[in-house]
Amino acid sequence: MSNDIIGAAKPRIDGPDKLSGRARYAADHYPANLTYAYGVFSNIAAGKITDIDVSKAKQQPGVIEIFHHGNFPKLHRSPSNFAQQNKVDEPRLPFEDNNVYYGGQFVAMVVADTFENARNAAYFVDVSYQESEPVTSLTQALKKGAPKQAKSSRHVRGDADSAFSSAPHQVDAIYTTPVETHNPMEMHATTAYWNDGDLTFYEASQGVVFAKNTIAAVFGINPARVDARAPYIGSGFGSKLWIWPNAVAATAASRELGRPVQLVVPRAQMFTTTGHRPATHQNIKLGADANGKLQAIVHDSVNSTSFVGHYVETCGSVTKSLYDCDNVRVTHATAQVNQGTPTSMRAPGAAPGLFALESAIDELAEKIGMDPLALRKANYTETDGSKGLPFSSIHLMECYERGAKAFGWDKRNPEVGSMKNGNEILGWGVAACNWEALKRDCNARVALRADGRAFVSCATQDIGTGTYTIVAQTAADVLGLPLDKIEVELGDSAYPSGPLSGGSWASASALPAIHAAAKKAADQLKGYAVEEGAVFADADPEKITLADGKLSMDGGDSVAFVDVLQQRKVAEAFGEAYTSGATGDEYSFRSFGAHFVEIAWDPGISRLRVNRVVSAIDCGQIINSKTASNQVEGAIAMGIGMALFEQTEYDHRSGMPVNNNYAEYLVPTHADYPEDVNVLLLDYPDYKFNDLGLRGIGEIGITGMAAAVANAVYHATGKRVRDLPIRIEDLMSA
Amino acid sequence: MRDFSYMQADSVGAAVASHAKGNDSAYISGGTTLLDLAKLEVMRPGHVVDVRKTGYDQVEQLDDGRLRIGTNVTNTDLAYHPIVKEQYTVLSDALLSGASTSIRNKATTGGNVMQRARCAYFRDTSAPCNKREPGSGCSAIGGHARSVFAVLGTSEHCVVAHPSDMCVAMAAIGGVVNVEGPNGKRDIDFLDFHLLPGDTPHLEHALEADEMITHVTLNAPVKGAKSHYLKLRDRASYQFALASSAIIVATDGDTVRDARIAMGGVGTKPWRAAAAEKSLIGKAATEDNFAKAADIAFADARPTDDNAFKIPLGKQAIVRGLQTVTA
Repeated sequence: MSNDIIGAAKPRIDGPDKLSGRARYAADHYPANLTYAYGVFSNIAAGKITDIDVSKAKQQPGVIEIFHHGNFPKLHRSPSNFAQQNKVDEPRLPFEDNNVYYGGQFVAMVVADTFENARNAAYFVDVSYQESEPVTSLTQALKKGAPKQAKSSRHVRGDADSAFSSAPHQVDAIYTTPVETHNPMEMHATTAYWNDGDLTFYEASQGVVFAKNTIAAVFGINPARVDARAPYIGSGFGSKLWIWPNAVAATAASRELGRPVQLVVPRAQMFTTTGHRPATHQNIKLGADANGKLQAIVHDSVNSTSFVGHYVETCGSVTKSLYDCDNVRVTHATAQVNQGTPTSMRAPGAAPGLFALESAIDELAEKIGMDPLALRKANYTETDGSKGLPFSSIHLMECYERGAKAFGWDKRNPEVGSMKNGNEILGWGVAACNWEALKRDCNARVALRADGRAFVSCATQDIGTGTYTIVAQTAADVLGLPLDKIEVELGDSAYPSGPLSGGSWASASALPAIHAAAKKAADQLKGYAVEEGAVFADADPEKITLADGKLSMDGGDSVAFVDVLQQRKVAEAFGEAYTSGATGDEYSFRSFGAHFVEIAWDPGISRLRVNRVVSAIDCGQIINSKTASNQVEGAIAMGIGMALFEQTEYDHRSGMPVNNNYAEYLVPTHADYPEDVNVLLLDYPDYKFNDLGLRGIGEIGITGMAAAVANAVYHATGKRVRDLPIRIEDLMSA
Repeated sequence: MRDFSYMQADSVGAAVASHAKGNDSAYISGGTTLLDLAKLEVMRPGHVVDVRKTGYDQVEQLDDGRLRIGTNVTNTDLAYHPIVKEQYTVLSDALLSGASTSIRNKATTGGNVMQRARCAYFRDTSAPCNKREPGSGCSAIGGHARSVFAVLGTSEHCVVAHPSDMCVAMAAIGGVVNVEGPNGKRDIDFLDFHLLPGDTPHLEHALEADEMITHVTLNAPVKGAKSHYLKLRDRASYQFALASSAIIVATDGDTVRDARIAMGGVGTKPWRAAAAEKSLIGKAATEDNFAKAADIAFADARPTDDNAFKIPLGKQAIVRGLQTVTA
């Protein structure tokens, strides 16, 4: 890179706006004549609506309209096609019919003049049901019949069953993970208004292009007439990748009423109608020889899905390629339960999948009597066995070694329960982390303007991860401008089409396009400077450099770029660029890493805490070491939550969620976050992946984390907990 | 939330009089319980009487050594009050282990005493709940009943634990709740203030109609005692106790001279373990004796389907608490 801006630890450029409240989220927009919608949600998990009595509700103050299946406009389902960018995980529309498929489903919606009036009237909507027996858990669904196999994500190489049977060392275990709910701070929300057939809507969305196309498909209108906006998102963790019933309900109500409508999903229904990570049930079989070399890996998993969506949690997605092994079988299947539809949640597949695989590897090490890190090293590979392709750039061995050194792994006493500290027993665990490097098509526009600023626009989003900042850094690198002279415009589908903020691919997709567009803008500016009569007339533009807002000729004469534009009498010099999401077929692209975790177990008071974490991550070029570390630190916190706390709990009789709020759905607090967390970013650019060498960092940090904690818990307590979350009652002596 | 009429009282007399005008009135001070439950429609007061401007926001040590705490003293102010920090460590510890800073800044002493259950079924108006709708049944029994459910004092009508940390410390310290109502002032022994659910789980306290709490007056500190509050929970902050212990112990050498033990998270009311205390008096401060006391404290425990672990956990809270104050 040409200067010190790429990789620098820059604070977020949108930080002051967020801290001061100037940043406006989806429900912070108040178009004239705004109305407020509030949902009525099913309080049964399965059945039919037999009657909706709105007579009392209609008499409440401020009520404008009450929608339900009897009067909601007839719309269309989105085709839910990823390539066409109109995917949804719950294709059923709200109020489509009188069926109830899950608790907390929209069954009616009040629109009123104020939020308070809408909420008040919602309590007076009287819904009668004919209840049927709900399927309330994955376990119950599996008792009812065989799950449905998901063939497209199946992977088989060699003969895993035979190799497992003949292996001298075997692990055969079932691991389960519960329903986990994303719980972003910002509720899902929509503020929508129509103007002469054109729709504008602010949506809590990780993908404005998808939101635009999906809503256009639902209404059967040209996407060009729809503008989806999400300039700020209070995080999403995957729950805001695709639109959910709230967006359809609000936009349709706005069209029907001819007035703007705002709808915020209440926290309780954030657990039901905006997605969740499904429950998983995973069987891992590992076979190894006396030296720990893997002979067979089997990973058969099933996840819960709803009756109105078919979501596959690809738990074996990493299992296919993490270790060197000739005999591998990975399968996925689903079973339907009466819960809302699952969706991607940070590192879908890999997060629950690596809990199982990396726990099983630890169990295998125990059986063989090997150090668990040594076992992983013994099965290290630089080839993706599922594709037969080399990894484009892999430094996993260095992650193991640097992480182990920083953690002090060589001081680990392998004997269970042997490492003590006062009343506490310490446990040390390790696990690999891994995530596919992905990228998508992207367009971007960069302009140098006559007021001295640069404008960068792209219809991707900053979901709280620092995208605004790293986009500015990328443009600054090319344009030679300080960050405060760069205006970044994201989160509007009217901008050049950009990627979803998901799959850890937004940075790897958008920054190369922005970099290329900035180069084109700079080239146009240089072209103006060498035109006849211009400041560097007839000079070779290649010899002009751009720094500190000035064009300089071979280190000699210089001129402010603003003067060049003014002399040319144009508003701006600009460039537009497109970069392809195609990755070719020569390499497998993945990111790698390892977590080292120390836990403390106080058996006298049954207290379990995570003391210390070292995570070494190999994910290509680092653009901003501050926001990148922050992504891994946040993922470590979320991984601790997955290991010890997170679980959406349902009443096993009614199927209704019972801990649907921030008090009872436990996530780590600041007090649970270890004081000693050390994130090591290896920072090896992967130029085979894209011109900037970056691979993305949003998800890898949560993968493997729960296994590292569980392995540390085993080391301290001798209790192998295979069902998340690990609870103190699992560890208390009988 | 339903509309209600609102009156800001400038005296307790005015507050009581305003409260007595209807039969669906509620007092409000910090509002951390009432507003929460009103928004959920679990509580539907027709008239709300705001007592924040009535005064009663001082902490005073009385001549006889007792501590009189005004009903409007916030949890934060009480926790950091110099007398409380020095002489009632167990109370300061308990307060600071509860809720979050922002909630403690709003929540008051009287409000905390009146804090209502955190049961998910109580909070869900579509679920049967004897506490919310007498006679409708208890959804927690046979349902999901782990974290906030009791093992002591439960009935076949209600199994939820009392949620307060502050009250557990106060139960250990002992004292009275000073109340004022249409018939004047009276004192209720702190241990008699909260009621067992029995077959009337909707009746939670000993207040008569329209009475309001004006103070909590705590007994004088036990001379030469050390005290400690130990709260055990899944995560390190912002969770109700799975089990907690409030311990006050005075020793003569290695012998226990005086012991007060109360438990939180495990009882349907702030749970004073009198028999366990008695077993320790005159005994050596040993782990063995502490364990025996803990067994006595939980002798009558009956778990739900999901919380049997609270019995050993509660015993651990007592043993470690006793060890901490006698170390």
